[in-house]
Amino acid sequence: MSSLKMHNTRGGRIFDAFNVGILTIIGIIMILPFLYIIAGSFATEAELTRRNFFIWPETFTLSAYKYIFSTATFSRSILVSIGVTLVGTLVCLFFTFTMAYPLSRKKLLGRNLFMNMIVFSMLFSGGMIPTYIVVKSLGLLDSYWSLILPGAINPFNLIIVKTFFQGIPNELEEAAKIDGCTEMGIFWRIILPLSKPVLATFALFYAVGIWNDFFHALLYISDNTKWPVQVLLQQIIILSQGNLTDTAAQGAAYVEPPAQSLKLAVVVVATLPILIVYPFLQKHFAKGMLLGSVKG
Amino acid sequence: MGKISAQITENNLTQPTIKSKTKIKSDVPLIQSLIRDKWLYILLLPGLVYFVVFKYLPMWGIVIAFQDYSPFTGVLGSKWVGFDNFIDFFKNPDFFRLLKNTAIFAVLNLVFFFPAPIILSILLNELRVDSYKRVVQTFIYVPHFMSWVIIASITYIFFTTSGGIVNDIVSQIYGKKIDFLSSPDWFRPLIMLQIIWKETGWGTVIFLAALTSVDKEQYEAAIVDGAGRFRRLWHVTLPAIRSTIIVMLILQLGRFLDTGFQQIYLMSNSLNRGVADVFDTYVYFVGITQGAYSYSTAVGLFKSIIGVILVLGSNKLAKKMGEEGIF
Repeated sequence: MSSLKMHNTRGGRIFDAFNVGILTIIGIIMILPFLYIIAGSFATEAELTRRNFFIWPETFTLSAYKYIFSTATFSRSILVSIGVTLVGTLVCLFFTFTMAYPLSRKKLLGRNLFMNMIVFSMLFSGGMIPTYIVVKSLGLLDSYWSLILPGAINPFNLIIVKTFFQGIPNELEEAAKIDGCTEMGIFWRIILPLSKPVLATFALFYAVGIWNDFFHALLYISDNTKWPVQVLLQQIIILSQGNLTDTAAQGAAYVEPPAQSLKLAVVVVATLPILIVYPFLQKHFAKGMLLGSVKG
Repeated sequence: MGKISAQITENNLTQPTIKSKTKIKSDVPLIQSLIRDKWLYILLLPGLVYFVVFKYLPMWGIVIAFQDYSPFTGVLGSKWVGFDNFIDFFKNPDFFRLLKNTAIFAVLNLVFFFPAPIILSILLNELRVDSYKRVVQTFIYVPHFMSWVIIASITYIFFTTSGGIVNDIVSQIYGKKIDFLSSPDWFRPLIMLQIIWKETGWGTVIFLAALTSVDKEQYEAAIVDGAGRFRRLWHVTLPAIRSTIIVMLILQLGRFLDTGFQQIYLMSNSLNRGVADVFDTYVYFVGITQGAYSYSTAVGLFKSIIGVILVLGSNKLAKKMGEEGIF
């Protein structure tokens, strides 16, 4: 075997050892900060001030988690994020899939016009301020819909779904039509059940995007009782002005920054949903990214 | 991107395309076709409304860049001022500051971030044990899926002067703390550190895909010819990802002005704003926080137009170099 031959030289072996070492270090660097944050969120405040860096706490305590979930501000923002992510994912899937199907039918008159319209919007946009004015004049400021509707269709996703629909054999459709099925019936009863894996993949794409989104909330939500968890996180850690008690109680000029373990616990909770779906993400996102590089 | 496409057909979500042989006549009258395909048009409607409302209405809203827009009088009632907003912007010292900051970020990106995924994917490709390769991949993709808020929060937790680990170590060695988070000197290194940490692992996906398409026999032939490890790397591995590198480089050039808004916004504060401000964050601060709608729309429009020129130009460049473009 030639692969054996590759290992045989002394230089080759040294290179291999070096390579394994380097990649191991890189891999560890990529997740080390998370390990510290998880460990620290379970540690006591005293341990956090005493020890520089650790990935295993000496004494386990859940007090940070008990505290953050006992505050109205944090629990509320988690609920907002969960709600917006669930509803938003359904809305995005509805808009993307209902639009992708007609666009995948070659007989649709005006298909090219619609496609050009979509591609042009990927190239050029009205920009932040005109979009803000549109959202404002629709009365969506400080509404949860402002976190969902302005990003309801990702044009890249739309084009990938459309390409997928084009791959479904026409014969299925024709057979259904002979059985007296309308186009609408074909879409709901034949096309959608066939695309369950694709639906699942894009549900994941959209859900992660909405959960991680900070931009829309920054622009459109100023009412702090409606903040999703990403904005709360920015307030607590980056601006360091958030204590977790209710904003109504924030009368004092100086607000003591929250304890370190609380900050870490908030980061862990905001990251948790992503870590739970990570095994699926890794598998499907790589595929999606490669698909995205194909022309629609 | 021929190599990548080849990879895609192997394991993608789509089923093999079956081409319909019946050619659809395009001379069906409009009304008749609307009636025949009424259900298709009904399905199309929500998406179409989305694009009109959230993409094309804002494009029409760009007219306020040529007005002295006031929210009370609206677009139709505001005074037209021609190119005044643009002239104001070009005369403003902010213009050169934004241009300089953006250009510096673009160059830093190209020099420090762009090669990182290429080097990492070559190292991964040289790894002989496949299961270990998968373990490393699982680790290095994690930061990509974290939001910028999480990344910025982690940076703050580690670098803060009040109890951050990095500063604890710095003060033990150096004797005093460094204010990484608000010092203008440290802003750019921190931004580069973040983007390298977050995106290098994920950036390998596209190069690894290109590398899997390399025929193993090419390596064996090279060995027979007496090529050592580095010659194989130079003559087999690198040529295999050459076109991918060129396309990614050109895409990068096309995105010259697109410095990540969220990242820079989250890391900037009143002390480092001088080096932090780029076009997008400037539009946000001037437009949303200060309410100068018309002026900030003009700034945004300037950025969009240059952006389109860069994308189209780089695409043309790609085609001239014999590569497939993105359009």
